[in-house]
Parts: sequence; structure tokens; C-alpha cells
Amino acid sequence: MPPIDYATLRFLWWAFLGLLLIGFAVTDGFDLGAALLQPFVARNDTEKRLLLNAIGPIWEGNQVWLILGGGAAFAAWPPLYAVSFSGFYLAMFLVLAALILRPVAFTFRSKLEGVLWRRVWDWAFFVSGLVPALVFGVAFGNLFLGVPFRFDDTLRVSYEGGLFGLLNPWALLCGLVSVAMLAMHGGSWLALKTEGALARRARTAASWASLVVILLFTLAGLWLAFGIAGYVIAGTIDPAGPSNPLDKSVLREAGAWLRNYGIHRWIMIAPALAYLGAAATAALRGRPLLAFLASGVSVAAIVATAGLSLFPFLLPSSLDPRSSLTVWDASSSPTTLFIMLVATLVFLPIVILYTAWIFRVMRGPVTAVALERDSDSLY
Amino acid sequence: MPDIDVVQLARLQFALTALYHFLFVPLTLGLSVLLAVMESVYVMTGRAIWKEMTKFWGTLFGINFAMGVATGITMEFQFGTNWAYYSHYVGDIFGAPLAIEGLMAFFLEASFIGLFFFGWDRLSRLGHLAVTWLVAIGSNLSALWILIANAWMQNPAGARFDPATMRMEVASFYDVLFNPVAQAKFVHTVSAGYVTGAMFVLSVGAFYLLRGRHREIAKRSITVAASFGLASALSVVVLGDESGYTAGLNQKMKIAAIEAMWQTEKPPASFTIFGFPDLKSETTRDQIRVPWALGLIATRSLDEPVEGIQQLVADAEQRIRNGLVGYKDLAQLRAQHSASVPPSMQPAIGDLGYALLLKRIRPDIENATDAQVHAAALGTVPNVPVLFWTFRFMVGFGFYFILLFATAFYLASRRTLERAWFLRLALWSLPLPWIAAELGWIVAEYGRQPWIIDGVLPTFLGASSEPVGNLWFSLVGFVLFYSTLAVVELYLMVKYVRLGPNPAAAPGAGRLAPAAGQD
Ligand code: HDD
Ligand code: HEM
Ligand code: HEM
Repeated sequence: MPPIDYATLRFLWWAFLGLLLIGFAVTDGFDLGAALLQPFVARNDTEKRLLLNAIGPIWEGNQVWLILGGGAAFAAWPPLYAVSFSGFYLAMFLVLAALILRPVAFTFRSKLEGVLWRRVWDWAFFVSGLVPALVFGVAFGNLFLGVPFRFDDTLRVSYEGGLFGLLNPWALLCGLVSVAMLAMHGGSWLALKTEGALARRARTAASWASLVVILLFTLAGLWLAFGIAGYVIAGTIDPAGPSNPLDKSVLREAGAWLRNYGIHRWIMIAPALAYLGAAATAALRGRPLLAFLASGVSVAAIVATAGLSLFPFLLPSSLDPRSSLTVWDASSSPTTLFIMLVATLVFLPIVILYTAWIFRVMRGPVTAVALERDSDSLY
Repeated sequence: MPDIDVVQLARLQFALTALYHFLFVPLTLGLSVLLAVMESVYVMTGRAIWKEMTKFWGTLFGINFAMGVATGITMEFQFGTNWAYYSHYVGDIFGAPLAIEGLMAFFLEASFIGLFFFGWDRLSRLGHLAVTWLVAIGSNLSALWILIANAWMQNPAGARFDPATMRMEVASFYDVLFNPVAQAKFVHTVSAGYVTGAMFVLSVGAFYLLRGRHREIAKRSITVAASFGLASALSVVVLGDESGYTAGLNQKMKIAAIEAMWQTEKPPASFTIFGFPDLKSETTRDQIRVPWALGLIATRSLDEPVEGIQQLVADAEQRIRNGLVGYKDLAQLRAQHSASVPPSMQPAIGDLGYALLLKRIRPDIENATDAQVHAAALGTVPNVPVLFWTFRFMVGFGFYFILLFATAFYLASRRTLERAWFLRLALWSLPLPWIAAELGWIVAEYGRQPWIIDGVLPTFLGASSEPVGNLWFSLVGFVLFYSTLAVVELYLMVKYVRLGPNPAAAPGAGRLAPAAGQD
């Protein structure tokens, strides 16, 4: 038996999963945002290459946050990994297609000169930013509604409803929040890493996006409070019990998704920072570094707000609420959680250290001059 | 129970996407180390030509790496999308090495690959060299962790069944990590990657020498590739044998099928070099056999028997019956909400996986007839002719690589590389390591059937309960997508190989100019 009790381990792993998602949204988020802004802010071939190279040295490392998020869900929350990936089957396929296109679009685009060749990869690059941004938002939105799945008594999962069930107005609103927030973040990064007209356009895009974020985030909050019945665990649940979701019962209740904010008032800091960060992104547009940090805070806070509202639910089931996955009944065994905790505590700080070092080495804007001189090794 | 079509499509999709991923993986593994070696020579000698070489092979490396990343993400998602029950059933154990791979290896290689390309002017010589080595170490670590995960599917050590959660859970993480199968697999697979990298450099170098271009770079590259390749090819063969030995200990059925050993022989068993396995009569026609050899390879002894297929089927039948007892015990434990298995029930519940084989035949397995138990036991025999032949081709290529690299090494050390017959042979051998590695995976994975986790979970139970339309959609999607990308990637590779090192030096030819007239 590991030296930390099961309930604490589960809580820590809930926090870690949140941290990984935030890590993904804050780092790879600006890559995705820059990609989806590309047709709007980069007008000619040089600008398009500048944009690519502004994220070129780091996007690959950033994307590992997503891969690690998947791996950590597999290791720490196996039922969550199994149900979400197979339940969102076609949506996952779309994301995957986009993520397959992305590395190739980066690497292949500037390797040949043909106009058509480059135009095709520019499109691929744009799509590879837009689709994940939208789909992740839509998927998150659906968590609040519940996903139509159930377990049988051998814990085999089955579903009703497909891709189009996911595309309801609420989930689309969440998708737009996600697109707007990543556009804000990507625009702020480009404003920091480029110069001249490109940087100016990126700055303007980021400011507009931050206003859209504020608007849509408010709309989503109101809708969540008054329009969507949340889920609550009925009776008590043993936070150290075996990971079998079928051992509990669950109710739906209007306004339940805001319950946590009534119980622990201090967590309101998350939505507050979401607003503050977005507002500061627009207000600080003259100081690119600060504006970028502000948009990062806003993105992190928006993800955190979603996670805090759902707690202790990870993935509620609309078909059979009892099957819902929660922090207390959908984890790995205590031994695995503990081993993975140690591995994370050892390696994640190292990762963060060398990532920070790489950002430092690559600091400063990408310029057209450097592009000319170093055509050989740049994208 | 998932639909049987869903199972077949999920298997086909896994096989295609994994084999596709492994077109790019071995070159990444081998070339990353070769880049690090070349750059080390540059830093130690300060000769600019070695830097040029590193940059040139680096460009090709980059094109390949992008495809490796793009196809790896598919693999990571696929366990969840197509194998949901598998993910639930063994995620507690299998997920951990996958997550650690992300933490320890993917971050390392993916973060530093950016600096490899973008950092030439921003880092000191030593700094850049360190970055290149970190990329190579990251790639190799990633192979280590994924192979620990894969080896656990072949030999599920350190795990036990928990009736309260209805899944396998870790009993000893130490046993998962230090699984002997994982060690054999790691060394063999990574060496196969090195052979691939060496062959790539050797063949492309030979191409330049045949055309009389870039001779200085080509000769140096070939010299590096020849020695690295010879060591790796020896390692693949010597450690392939180790792989055979550990598979013999853990997966007797796989070895018996590879050898088309229908009956247990009096030890030491002989090794069949050639023959035609016949499924119907359970015999192998027209055999050429080496006495004693198999017994030595598979058991490292002269007196232990290598069990034959018929014997192993009889064993499986016994384990199915035992597993049925465990199945009933389990129903009782679940009715009592018991969280652990009492010692008296452990042996029977340990054979639960064998009883589950019957689910393919009837859902109420406790009522299975003797004939059905026998049919399920026969189902544990993998496809003998396929394994027999794929294995022999892999081994044949292994010995060929030793000869080829030894020749290259000899010619390079005597500075007589430029012999047309040799250069042509080297050029035409380019695809062989890829073919050998793909064959190796078919031996390892197809030979594991009908199990997804050997002896624990049958493959058909592991699949998701998806509508079959979803699988068709994603399968067709992947095939179209991957085929297009394969064409584009090959085109770019050939283009950049033809362009050759340092095109900026060629008159009027930036690296982006068309290659016309270069040849
Ligand atoms: C023996 C080596 C080996 C094997 C068997 C596999 N891989 Fe792989 N994988 C690598 C060796 C590798 C690598 C050498 O590290 C790659 C290949 C090219 C590359 O860029 O990194 C890689 C890339 C790669 C990536 C992208 C990582 C990144 O962004 O850098 C993912 C997510 C996976 N793989 C996942 C998998 C999964 C889930 C596999 C099992 C089914 C798998 N790989 C088999
Ligand atoms: C990249 C190298 C690999 C190749 C080329 C490869 C090849 C294959 C092939 C050919 C099959 C199909 C067997 C069949 O269904 O008849 C298969 C199945 C499978 N392999 Fe691998 N494999 C690789 C790596 C791995 C690794 C590293 C893992 C696990 C960590 C893994 C897990 C699986 C699973 C889950 C299946 C599906 C179930 C099955 O059909 O057995 N494979 N693989
Ligand atoms: C005399 C030569 C060789 C022998 C005796 C040998 C033996 C083996 C055996 C027994 C396996 C199956 C392991 C299992 O079932 O889990 C295997 C798998 C494999 N082989 Fe070979 N092999 C040889 C040469 C090669 C060569 C030349 C290559 C490629 C360049 C190669 C690449 C692979 C790969 C990629 C696998 C799958 C991964 C693994 O299971 O280790 N092998 N080999």
C-alpha cells in the first residue's frame, strides 16, 4: 500500500489532469491560435513563413502536453480514457486528422516553391488549428450535458447517439469560446514574436478576440446557471472505495453546476481571472509580453473554471446517470496512482525547466532578414 | 460483446496504422544516433564538412520525423477509440509506461528537435551537440517505454485480477518494468532501427558515388554507416536469438507455430530451415532440418523438450476447464461484493482468460459442451504458415545485413569503396531493413493471436462496442489520408536526396529551387 491514502491520491490526480490540460491550452494553445489566425493576419508568403517560424522551434514540444494528457488519462483514469475516446469516436477522428496534418504542414510547406503546393499546405495548416480548437470546446461543452453511455455489469461501455448529437447549440457555444480564447492567445504570441504589419494585425486580432471571449464566456455562464441541469451524487460515496462507477447513484438538479462556487467561495477566483486576463490582453496591447502573459492567465482560468464546475464529475452519463465517471470511482489502483505521482513529480519539473530554457534561447522576434539568411534550416 | 466485424476492422486498422508508424520509427531511431555521431566528429575535429553532413542528413531526418510524430498520435488515440474494453481492463498497468514515455521521452525529443533545426546560430558548438544527443536519447527512451508496454502484452507479469473493479491491477511494478521480454525486445528493436539508419546512409551515399557527386560527403557518411551498421546487424542477430529464447519461455505456442512443430519431439528438438507447413494434415512437407538446433535456441539445453502444437492445445483445453471454475467463483465473489480473491480460488481465476475464449462461441460460457471447449482450445493456435515464413525471411535478411555491412566495412577500411557492383548492391538493399522490421512485428503480434494480452484477455473482447460504420469511416479515412501523405513524403525525400548536401553552393540553386539540371 502506498504511503498516501486513496482519496488524496485521487484528488491530486484530478488536479494533475487539470494541470496537463491547462499546460496544453496555454502552450500548444497559442500554436493552434496562430494557425487559425493565419489566413487573416498573414498576407503574403514572407509573412506566412514568419508566422510559421514564430512557433516553429517550440510547437512540437508544446504538443506533447496533449499526448501526455492522453497518456496520463490512460494511466490514472482508465475508464475516462476508454469512455471519452470511444464515445467521441468521430470527433476524435476529426481531431486526429487535424493533428496528422499539422506536423506535415509545418515541415513540408516551405520545402518546395510551387504556388499551389504552398497554398494547399497553408489550408492544411489553418484547418489543423481550427478543428482541434473547435472540437475540444464542443467536447467540453458536452461534458456539462452528459454523454449518452452506459456500462454493463462487466464494465463494458456502450453508447447511443453519434457525432451529430454532439453538435447542439450549447456545445457549439463552448466551441466558440474555445476558438476565441485560442485566437486571443495565438494573436498575443504573434504580436510578441513578429514585427511590422504582421505584428500589428496580430495585435488587433488578439484584442478583438479578447472582447469576444468576455462576451461568450458571460453568455456561457448564464446559460449554465439557468439553462442546464447539473449532476450530483446522491447520498454518500466512499472516496477511497473501489473504482466501480456502478456502485453509486446520481441525480440531475437545476443549477447544480454552480454548486461548488457556493460551497467554496474562493474558487470564484478562476472565473474572475478569466475576465481579468482577457481584459488585460486588450488593455496591455502596447506591451506585448505582458499582454501575452495576461492571455495565458485567461486561458488557464477558463479551463480551470470548467473543471471546477464539474468536480467531482469527470464524465457524466445522460443515458444512465449511475454510470457517470467521478473522481472517486474512475481512477487506477492506489499503487498505480502513487507510482505515477512520483514519476510526475520527478519529471515534470525537469520538463518545465528545459522548456523554459528553450524559450529563452529562442527569445526575440523572428525577422525577414533571419528568414533570408537561414533559409536552410527554417520552415 | 463487440460485433465480430468491429473486431476484424479494429484489428485491421491497428495493424495498418502500426505498420505505417513503424515505417518512420526505425529511421528516426537510427538516424538520430548517426546525426549525433557525425556532429560529435565535427565538434572534436572542427572540420566543417562534418557539420555540413549533419545538416544534410538532418534535413532528411526532419521530413521523416514529422511523419513519425503524425502517425504516432494515431497510435496513442487508438487504444481508447477502438479498444475501449482493453483500455478499461488493463489501463491500470498498461497506461503507466505510456504516460511515462510522454513525460520522459516525448518531451525530450520533441522539445529539442526544434533547437536542432533552429539553434545552429544561437548555441555554442557544444551546446548544439548536446541538443542533438538529447534528441537521440529521447527517441531511444521512447522506444524503451513503449516496448515495456508492448512486452507486458506478450508476458503479463506483475498483475492480478480485482473482482470489485473487474479489471487487472498492478501487483508489482518492478515485475512490469524488468520484464525479461521487454529487455530482449528493446535491444532487438532498437538495433533494428540502427540497421535501418545505417542502411539509409549507406544506400544514399552509394547513390552519390555511382553518380560521382558529393564524393567527400558520401565516402565519409558510408564509412560511419558501415561500422555502425555492422555492429548493429550483429546485435540484431545475436539479440534476435535472445528474443527467441524469451518468447520460448513465455509463449510456447508462438515458438511452436514459428517452427511448425506439430508434435513434441524427443529433446533436443531439431530446427526446420525450410518446408511447407500444411494446416489440414498438421504436418510440414519437404522439410530440411538441422538436428538439435531448435532445442538449443529455445531452451538453452539438450534435455528439455520444446512442446509441440498438439500438446499445447491439450494444455489449453485443460486451462479452459479450469478457467470455467474460476468464472463461477468470480460470480460468487461479485455477489458477495468481495474486493479480493481468496487464495483457494486464485489458480482457477488465474485461468479466467482461457474461459473467456469461449465467449466467441456462446455468451453463457458456463454451459459450454466438451466439443465447444475443444474448439476454443484449437483457436489458440496462430496462423502457422504465415509465422513460419515471415520469421524465416526476417532471419534471412539479418544474415544478409551482416554480410553487406561487413563488405562495406572492409572496402571502406581499404579505401576501395568505388566499385560499381558493391554500390549498386548497397543502393538496391535500401528497402530491406524496413521489410525485415515489419515482418518482425508480424511475427510478434500476429503470433500472439488470439490473445490481446497473452493468456489474460482474448483479442475479440478487447474491442470497443462501436457501430461498425464508425470503423469503416475511420479505416477508409486513414487509408486515404496515409496513402496521400506517403506519396508526398516519398516525393520530398527523393527530391531532397537528389538535391544533395548544401544546395545553396550550387549556382542559382537555393534549397527551394527545382532540382532540374542538378543530376
Ligand atoms: C520501437 C520504437 C517505437 C514503437 C514500437 C512505437 N513508437 Fe511511437 N514513436 C517512436 C518510437 C516507437 C519514436 C522513435 O520516438 C517516434 C517515431 C518518430 C518520431 O518522431 O518519434 C515516435 C512517435 C510517437 C508519437 C509522437 C511523439 C512526439 O510528438 O514526439 C506518439 C504519440 C507515439 N509515437 C505513440 C506510439 C504508440 C501509442 C505506439 C504503440 C502502439 C508506438 N508509438 C509504437
Ligand atoms: C510500431 C510497431 C508495431 C507494429 C508494426 C505492430 C504490428 C501489429 C500487427 C500487425 C497487429 C495485428 C495483429 C492481428 O490482429 O492479427 C497488431 C495488433 C496490435 N498490437 Fe501491435 N505492433 C506494433 C507495436 C505495438 C505496440 C508497441 C503495442 C502496445 C504497446 C501494440 C499493441 C497492439 C494491439 C493493442 C493490437 C490490436 C489487437 C490485436 O490484433 O492483437 N503494438 N500490431
Ligand atoms: C537472425 C536474425 C533474427 C532473429 C533470430 C530474430 C528473432 C526474432 C524473434 C524471435 C522475434 C519475435 C519476438 C516476439 O515474439 O515477441 C522478432 C521480432 C522482431 N524482429 Fe527479429 N530476428 C532477426 C532479425 C531481424 C532483423 C534483421 C530485423 C530488422 C532489421 C528484425 C526486426 C524485428 C522486429 C522489429 C521485431 C518485433 C519486435 C520484437 O518483438 O522484438 N529482426 N525477431
